[in-house]
Amino acid sequence: MPGLEGTADTRAMPARTAPRCRHRHGPRAAGANPISSAGHPSRHRAHRLSLLEVRDLRVTLQTARGPADALRGVSFTLDRGDTLGLIGESGCGKSITALALMGLLPEGAQVAGSIRFGGRELNGLPESELCTLRGNRIGMVFQEPMTALNPLHTVGRQIAEPLRLHKGLTRTAARAEALRLLERVQLPQAAQRLDAYPHQLSGGQRQRVVIAIALACGPDLLIADEPTTALDVTIQREVLDLIAELVREDGMGLLLISHDLGVMADCVQRMLVMYGGTVVESGPTAAVFARLAHPYTRGLFAARPRLGLARGTRLSTIPGRVPELADLPAGCPFAERCPLVVDDCRRAPPPPAPVAADHEARCLRWREVA
Amino acid sequence: MADVLLQAESLSKVYRLPRETLISVPPRVQALDGVGFTLRRGCSLGIVGESGSGKSTLARLVMALERPTSGRVVFDGQDLHGLSPDALRRARAGFQMVFQDPYGSLDPRRKVLQTVSEPLAVMHGASRVEQRERAGEVIDAVGLRTSDLDKYPHEFSGGQRQRIAIARALVTRPKLIVADEPVSALDVSVQAQVLNLMQDLQDRFGVTYLFISHDLAVVDLVCDEVIVLQHGRIVEQGDPDRLFRQPQHPYTQRLLAAVPGQHPPRANVAPPLRPFPSGDGRPWPSQGPEGAAR
Repeated sequence: MPGLEGTADTRAMPARTAPRCRHRHGPRAAGANPISSAGHPSRHRAHRLSLLEVRDLRVTLQTARGPADALRGVSFTLDRGDTLGLIGESGCGKSITALALMGLLPEGAQVAGSIRFGGRELNGLPESELCTLRGNRIGMVFQEPMTALNPLHTVGRQIAEPLRLHKGLTRTAARAEALRLLERVQLPQAAQRLDAYPHQLSGGQRQRVVIAIALACGPDLLIADEPTTALDVTIQREVLDLIAELVREDGMGLLLISHDLGVMADCVQRMLVMYGGTVVESGPTAAVFARLAHPYTRGLFAARPRLGLARGTRLSTIPGRVPELADLPAGCPFAERCPLVVDDCRRAPPPPAPVAADHEARCLRWREVA
Repeated sequence: MADVLLQAESLSKVYRLPRETLISVPPRVQALDGVGFTLRRGCSLGIVGESGSGKSTLARLVMALERPTSGRVVFDGQDLHGLSPDALRRARAGFQMVFQDPYGSLDPRRKVLQTVSEPLAVMHGASRVEQRERAGEVIDAVGLRTSDLDKYPHEFSGGQRQRIAIARALVTRPKLIVADEPVSALDVSVQAQVLNLMQDLQDRFGVTYLFISHDLAVVDLVCDEVIVLQHGRIVEQGDPDRLFRQPQHPYTQRLLAAVPGQHPPRANVAPPLRPFPSGDGRPWPSQGPEGAAR
């Protein structure tokens, strides 16, 4: 299949993009980031395919209140070995983005735009072909490990399933591989745990199992949707460290979805801030944190309780509430809550403004924000 | 001491699990082991710890929803677990609870008025008019409108639902509110609104909070004193300023080290927020309940 060959090519390349630093040293400096955002492919980039290229992705969902534009033109690229974060609050479209990539959108959803994975267009691909990619070339980790796992099957069988299905391994070989994977995700007493059921494991252990399943076939892309939100802080730290380590070792691309600014700061080189189905700010994580060029990013940042605030401090809040997808305004989705709003904001969605090299904000007044 | 509102004296709770086989002794779990503290009126005590550390068991004992295996809970001079059922029901007006999940804690088939005024009906036998009046007062105090009383929970956002849950807790004019992870299920910007509201209500009504959270930053912001629980025991206790700056116990140190976003680029210290040019030149407007989500 042409798509998979393309992927294999990219894989065979030397680990040019493999992260050189552990995530805990923080994202790479802006200049060192090899991903360029949209638009200006240099001559020698034109020959190289990105692992994932999303262009102007639009998703319309059918809701009880009529069609709702859940995504309104999302674009980004992700290479092998790179880490990209999507951050935003409920209803901003971050999970819909992940579902669209995997072809798992709810019934009746309309998708426009392009999702190229390893050079192959995923939008419009028949379900049978998507099935050969999901769990194989694209691994997924979801928020709630208890619902992601089947309570009636042993852990070993669930890890073996993608191996039997996609790789055609025999039962014995799949079991041996499952054991290796459990050891790789550092599950204590892996050999005994192969025959355990999900309810016999703790939340953190279950999430390790889900990660093992996602990694089973050696995917090119790992999508993690709020992988640690249901876990305790210390376990969250362990699981995030584990994901970072695995991504670095295997040189996969990581798309990490989170609502937590701290998780973003620790785990990804590049981030997209989403609001109302739009990417309102994008750039290298360090640059976004240093500048906070969109009023929404700034508001989100200021609202976060931080250690060391004096007792009784009132947090800054963003007035109003997130707009419903069915009644998103024609202009900037944040206009109704923005202290800087001007009439032009309500007319049309603001175009991305170049805040710095590789750093964009969709705000007409970005110069006044920072 | 007159200004002590709540005192827990070496509270322990042991749960018996179901027998694993017919003849075996049922296994036991010590959920809480000799926990004691004092909470003064108008102050906030934070309880932090991970799942299984006993935080919620402690809340249930303080709320007199369960009996401790040993130890006492003294609320406003009364030993809660020594009261007669009747006296306990009357005493319950003094302490109320706010739960984590505003989607699960409100009855979807009841209007806000019914949910908010139910404690009044149960405890005081208040008249309908009086119930509506009191419900209107508290719904106003949490930044919603009196017209919202005639709506159903599904008509509200998560943050608004948590306001309704807080209104329900306030309606008996309690001295103590036990809040079990009250903002964990909320989005960051909404979480800030609810935390500000809880602090405003404390200033206005002098409520005392027992505040349970796994989020150290939230506890640091709201509480005068913090207890760190691990496996049902207090491992460290003190002023959050000291406790979070110089944690002594290895478990507290581990909790603190795990908080994401502390390493550069540090989300906590990134750029100093310059005055934000809003209309009147003030920094990003801070919202009290009056500016709450509508």
